Amino acid sequence: MMTDLQETALHALHVSLGAKMVPFAGYSMPVQYPSGILAEHRHTRGQAGLFDVGHMGQARIHGTDAARAFEALVPGDIQGLEVDRTRYTQLTNDSGGIIDDLMVTRRGDHLFLVVNAACKEGDYAHIAGALPKDCRLELLEDRALIALQGPAAIAVVEGLSPGLSKLGFMSLADVTIGGIACTVSRSGYTGEDGVEISVANSAVEGLARTLLKDARVKPVGLGARDTLRLEAGLCLYGHDIDTTTTPIEAALAWSIGKRRRAEGGFAGAATILAQLANGAPRKRVGILPEGRVPVRDHADITDPAGAKIGTITSGGFGPSLDRPIAMGYVVAAQAGEGAPLGITVRDKKIPSKVARLPFVAHRYHKDR
Amino acid sequence: MASLKYTDQHEWVAVDGDTATVGITDYAQGQLGDVVFVELPDEGKSFAMGDQAAVVESVKAAAEVYAPISGEIVEVNEALNGKPELVNEDAIGDGWFFKISIDDETELDSLMDEKEYREFVKGLG
Repeated sequence: MMTDLQETALHALHVSLGAKMVPFAGYSMPVQYPSGILAEHRHTRGQAGLFDVGHMGQARIHGTDAARAFEALVPGDIQGLEVDRTRYTQLTNDSGGIIDDLMVTRRGDHLFLVVNAACKEGDYAHIAGALPKDCRLELLEDRALIALQGPAAIAVVEGLSPGLSKLGFMSLADVTIGGIACTVSRSGYTGEDGVEISVANSAVEGLARTLLKDARVKPVGLGARDTLRLEAGLCLYGHDIDTTTTPIEAALAWSIGKRRRAEGGFAGAATILAQLANGAPRKRVGILPEGRVPVRDHADITDPAGAKIGTITSGGFGPSLDRPIAMGYVVAAQAGEGAPLGITVRDKKIPSKVARLPFVAHRYHKDR
Repeated sequence: MASLKYTDQHEWVAVDGDTATVGITDYAQGQLGDVVFVELPDEGKSFAMGDQAAVVESVKAAAEVYAPISGEIVEVNEALNGKPELVNEDAIGDGWFFKISIDDETELDSLMDEKEYREFVKGLG
């Protein structure tokens, strides 16, 4: 079945750079450029990769008590955020499952949200339906989003917008880059230091071309975005988390602050707080398969006796480790680091072990 | 080298006497992207035309490689175990997968020649 794919504001640039375009979440997106996924991955770890993430949803919630109202939908501490600080959290359902994961920033007079492309329509309906009358959801459909990630990313943007290097991790600022008004967040999805830049659709191609003029910057597609985030142990919605997994099972308990644990008051709190207290029946873990065979999502995970104890949710090749890596859910009793597992690939069992996440250490900016 | 024959599954076949060397086409390696693993068949194993004979895994995905003709595996390209990227670098040369005996020469007639394969790929858009 053919469906009309949407295009981001950088579509023409991708095509001119020779990208291979694929359908993703209803959009035509670059999966790779001519240099290929391995080279793009390594370039991001070594210098700076430029990603188009304009398919993601950007929105604002207005209202004097927006932070308090939004806390009914997410387990993250939003009221405790200082102005222009960002929190990673999840929209949860009444049984504690994850509707989407998202970034929430507390601005002066509103909350700024960035949600997943494939989930955004559902998220907006869910949020709009749950907000009280004095709060209003505004979709920012005229905004593009790009990410610049890697050890050289901050030096690149500092050169174009002096002072940006002082921006703290998970903080946001309104700045101009090369004369273009931007909202810059020091965050990302690769495990590297870097920024995500929200900018008007009409200005994003000029900004991207300015960034690409820097020899340290190369365009990077969704293929390497996936290998980078997998090495960084970060969840991909629809694979590692969905409406059947709770934040506790997904090993995201770190994203639920002390006050929210004590007070509850969010969708699914009964299940999530009980799992926090008593443990969850299963857990998302890192997995290192022996040998060279990549294990992919949906593969069965077995215990040493051969009984099925879980499923791979993300798997493939980790270019920085030059070996296969994976994540998946296993029963709690087998979730300890080093626990022996088997992964079924084409009717063969690949001996594997539970491994510590992330596979590649995060290199986020640490505020002094 | 004799001219190559092609399948609609993007394997190439080079006939040399009573055996044929098989690999995936340059178009196929380009579609797959960076190859990180190749699972080769066991030598001595027999396949019917169209049977799955090998698997090629890129960073993104796994793809099946089919026996383009019926026969027995007489040799596999062990070099791919250490350097799977040979498939990307030289798909119709050093990136060959296996050599298979030719049990039925008439099967070769059903394969595409270079010009037909080029038209076939063009039709894929």
